[in-house]
Amino acid sequence: MTRRTVARTLVYVSLAGASVVVLLPLVVVFLTSLKTERETSNDTGALSLPHDLLNFHNYVTAFQDGRMLSAFGNTAFILVVSVGGTVLIGSMTAYAIDRFSFRFKKLVVALFLVAALVPGVTTQVATFQIVNSFGMFNTRWAPIALYMGTDIVSIYIFLQFVRSIPVSLDEAARLDGANAFTVYRRIIFPLLKPAIATVVIVKGIAVYNDFYIPFLYMPSQDLGVISTSLFRFKGPFGAHWETISAGAILVILPTLVVFLCLQRYIYNGFTRGASR
Amino acid sequence: MTDTTHRTAPPATAGPPPTATPAPAPRAARVWRGLTPWLFLLAPLALLVTFTYAPIVNMLAYSFTDWDGVSPELHYTGVGNYTELFTRPDLFEVFWVSGYYLAASVVQIVLALYFATVLSFNVRFRNFFKGVLFFPYLINGVAIGFVFLYFFQDGGTLDSVLALFGHHTDHAWLGTPVSANISLAGVSVWRYLGLNFVLFLGAIQSIPGELYEAAELDGANRWHQFRHIIAPGIRPVLTLTVILSISGSLSAFDIPYIMTGGATGTETFVIQTVKLAFQFNKTGLASAAAVVLLLIILLVTWIQRRLVPDERVDLV
Repeated sequence: MTRRTVARTLVYVSLAGASVVVLLPLVVVFLTSLKTERETSNDTGALSLPHDLLNFHNYVTAFQDGRMLSAFGNTAFILVVSVGGTVLIGSMTAYAIDRFSFRFKKLVVALFLVAALVPGVTTQVATFQIVNSFGMFNTRWAPIALYMGTDIVSIYIFLQFVRSIPVSLDEAARLDGANAFTVYRRIIFPLLKPAIATVVIVKGIAVYNDFYIPFLYMPSQDLGVISTSLFRFKGPFGAHWETISAGAILVILPTLVVFLCLQRYIYNGFTRGASR
Repeated sequence: MTDTTHRTAPPATAGPPPTATPAPAPRAARVWRGLTPWLFLLAPLALLVTFTYAPIVNMLAYSFTDWDGVSPELHYTGVGNYTELFTRPDLFEVFWVSGYYLAASVVQIVLALYFATVLSFNVRFRNFFKGVLFFPYLINGVAIGFVFLYFFQDGGTLDSVLALFGHHTDHAWLGTPVSANISLAGVSVWRYLGLNFVLFLGAIQSIPGELYEAAELDGANRWHQFRHIIAPGIRPVLTLTVILSISGSLSAFDIPYIMTGGATGTETFVIQTVKLAFQFNKTGLASAAAVVLLLIILLVTWIQRRLVPDERVDLV
């Protein structure tokens, strides 16, 4: 019995320890974001509490001088268009592959299958030239096109769901005179809701957090998304840790809210998305 | 898994001429029907070819030239770029940096397995711990970079915590290559542990509960349960995780680039490639580097597929 108690205690100690390791860096940055410039520069240590717990001055600075408003705008625009596009493209591909037999179907499937193995980071050297030749460099369309065009995982997710929709539904609609597009729009698409939710969550978080693609394709100051705008804090705010911290918290906060509201869907989404 | 052949017959009766047998439909209708799937696939295929296959082909072509990415002139240089890549020590160094991330991902997988196992049993505040462990994975990489720059800086979070325990240090955590790489790899464990953990947890929870009960009746303890029930149950997810870890270690970019910019010996493969291509305009050499990385990742995936034949290669 005692051995069991010891083991149980050790388990709780390890869990508490892990929670501290995860939360402490975040909490300290949150505290720093509430400090004044004087407090961060004189050496009171990183763990000290801010003098005024309601000092939101740094957030105002970060929001205005850090151009966070336009960053959130750009991110929102890219996110909505590319996630919408991904849903459309993924569901159309899944519908076509699962519900039709056509020539070269095997080849098409193989193309998507192999593409899933190619990590996007490796090919950017050459992708850049293609994006550039379309005149999309330094526009918001570059990340949108890349997010929509290179997402194979969501096609997998949609494919699994399309398969689970009984073919008899399609056939019944066909007998009523519906054509392929009506079947897709009226039957398949509405029944894909769980898959759409998964793709929206997984893709939405990926787009919100992506740094690499906007960094490469949108270097213009006016086209900052939240990642690149926050990254630019490094220069002008150099050692102003209170402002940088406020910027970081501003970026983390929406994620935290979404996570707390949609926890269950998020766990399911990532489990489904990864084990395609 | 689904076969599509049984679907070819019925649409014939849906056509305008209500012939009883699946007689050949009018030519126009037949062409139209053959075209339908392609209409759905038009946009996806165009995007796939433009942004995945065209770059791969171009990249292969560039890798044998000395192109600078801008000028219209380029010369064929044979395998020159590849020999340069493997013979110049400063270019090859990035592989050693990947080693740190690989080692870190071993630690990460072990920790994730431990926490997933522990939290699959009945534990108080389970959802809280689960949320805390997973949340870092959702945080923006740049924000993580800044959080940990402050964590490791002189007089920052880590130094303050150590001072609490009476250990005063002025060690510059990001100051020497070894220390900096270990710190950065540690950050990547902090960031990605949550994903591995949730995948393992999902796999463990899909194991039917009666198995544990039966095992307990037979006198199995927790370790036995892990060894003989959980471990075999999560094997597919485990191999997937290993693959993701290896390709992730080789293509680490965000965290080191944001935190150190690749200084003090923390340059990774992708940072080097990006610098070669976009700062030094050595598109040819960068392409060769990217081809090598791509080949390594494909090789790793292939080995995994050979070692662990996938029980359920679905997709048609």
